[in-house]
Amino acid sequence: MADGRFEVRRKAGLRLWLSAAWLILLVIVALFAPYLAPKDPLEQDLFAGRLPPFWMQGADAAFLLGTDSLGRDVLSRIIFGTRIALTVAVISASLTCLVGAALGLLAGFYRGWADVVVSRFIDIWMAFPPVLFSILLIAVIGPGLFSIIAAIVVIDWTRFARVIRAEAMTQGAMDYVASARVAGRGRFGILLREILPNVLPIIVVLLTLEMGIAVIVEAILSFVNLSISTDDPTWGGMISEGRTSIHQAWWVLVFPLITLFLTVLSFSQLGEGLKNRFDPVLR
Amino acid sequence: MALFQTLILRVITTAVTLLGVAVIVFFVIRVVPGNPIAMMLPPGATAEDIANLTAIYGLDKSIPQQFLIWGAGVLGGDFGTSITLKQPVLELVLGRLPATLELSVLALVMAIVIGGAAALTGTRLRETRVEGGIDVAQGMALSVPDFLWGLVLILVFGVLVPVFQISGRVTPSLQLPFVSDFYLLESLLRLRFDLTLDLLSHMLLPALALAIPLAAIIGQLLKQSLKETMHLDYVTLARTQGYSEAKVIWSQALPNAILPTLTLVGVQFTFLIGGTVIIERLFSYEGLGNMAIDAVINRDLPLIQGIVILFAVIFTGVNLLVDLTYAALNPRLRHG
Repeated sequence: MADGRFEVRRKAGLRLWLSAAWLILLVIVALFAPYLAPKDPLEQDLFAGRLPPFWMQGADAAFLLGTDSLGRDVLSRIIFGTRIALTVAVISASLTCLVGAALGLLAGFYRGWADVVVSRFIDIWMAFPPVLFSILLIAVIGPGLFSIIAAIVVIDWTRFARVIRAEAMTQGAMDYVASARVAGRGRFGILLREILPNVLPIIVVLLTLEMGIAVIVEAILSFVNLSISTDDPTWGGMISEGRTSIHQAWWVLVFPLITLFLTVLSFSQLGEGLKNRFDPVLR
Repeated sequence: MALFQTLILRVITTAVTLLGVAVIVFFVIRVVPGNPIAMMLPPGATAEDIANLTAIYGLDKSIPQQFLIWGAGVLGGDFGTSITLKQPVLELVLGRLPATLELSVLALVMAIVIGGAAALTGTRLRETRVEGGIDVAQGMALSVPDFLWGLVLILVFGVLVPVFQISGRVTPSLQLPFVSDFYLLESLLRLRFDLTLDLLSHMLLPALALAIPLAAIIGQLLKQSLKETMHLDYVTLARTQGYSEAKVIWSQALPNAILPTLTLVGVQFTFLIGGTVIIERLFSYEGLGNMAIDAVINRDLPLIQGIVILFAVIFTGVNLLVDLTYAALNPRLRHG
């Protein structure tokens, strides 16, 4: 039994490290994209359209992972797409976290009318299909990097608010909060010094998970052609193009899909791994 | 009495939620820059033509005025007329709803079967390599959303081993004798199993994509409750009476462990329905979600409103049903 549990922990640790390694690799790729990409991601070469990846018949060694229908280099587009994906992930997840955590703490700790208002809005938000809501918002604000980030914040703040509200309520009822109050601390001081440090682990876990969700939302919006511009290299845009030419050029779909899959999986595994690390019962 | 109060309270909050959804969607889509009326007319249309048509659709009035007119219509069952398709919104939406419902329910059934089988197998073979394997597979299934599973399934079963259809709801050349829009159900009732097979070969991959994450959630929770139940006295008693381990799990542990999973399934089902929007798009499946995306792209305001409201009604309806079922089944709440 003891050995079995140890093995489970070691495997979980391995998954955590693999996820972290993949994400660190992505950060490096995003930072040094212009030096790593063999080609200009926007450069079209209509004579080199739909070239297969290097190991197949008829490939051109200059295009390692092949080209799309306009002759653009798939590898270079994936590399530059990393920049957009990570930018969206980090900025939108942080802002979503800030808004959602603030509202969750407000509702869960102060209760009263603040809780009534926030909870009612959460109910309304839960009645929207999120994908349709995001598409609708982008149609309203117009496409672009800023719109995607804004849409994610507007839609996903409830993910943080729901969990943190419940947690703040639990923490608020605990003895240490009562004793801090007896000691003469103000409400805001208690919120900042006592409650916040105790919900911080959950916030970190949710933040990590949200980054994975943001990457997916960006891909979905690019897929329905509402993301940035069709020219800019995004993983979702590449997948969208690859879906239409799947029988002629599968590589246009497969390579960005693998990249997206591993990225989403890594964020999620990292979040779950952190959750287990923070959980005193499992530890 | 307590149950009745719960019911009234829940119905009121549901109504408030729906009103909130209606207000938000109505005002948000009216901030859209593109003019849907200008898009309907040929390029040579004069400003007067545009103004006339705008008045016909009532879009020349102030937004609060438009909301009141629309709201009054909705209460009387009139959701307006689609700008691009020029048919009553209610008719269009109800025509597409059965396709989405059939897909969602098929996905739900698949999720329950796969997740249930995984939980039962994991419990029967607990603390073996099989259980470890199921846990890892479930972890992956949970980490990746339906959209990506859909793409993976398209690649594997649509292109690599092309055994299933990856686009549409039914083969277009087939003659359909149906009178309703519930194709799958009607093909079964009419014993036209050739059509059932064709429909299923189109629906299987999108339904599976929707089912995979939910199956993992069901599998995890059910296994956890089963494991807790397996230590209880009456299970040990059944075991000492000579029942086989499989029989003990199936007939003793399962009925007692299933309630938390059932509640969870209800809530998760609304997430699954929300997922149909992008999955239908991915598989060109002619349902409500696909129509919704087209409506947004075409700036078809009345149609967008109608579809969003319908989704909201389904979501809140399912949640209401779950809460009431839970209240009715849970003795503490029933007498509380």
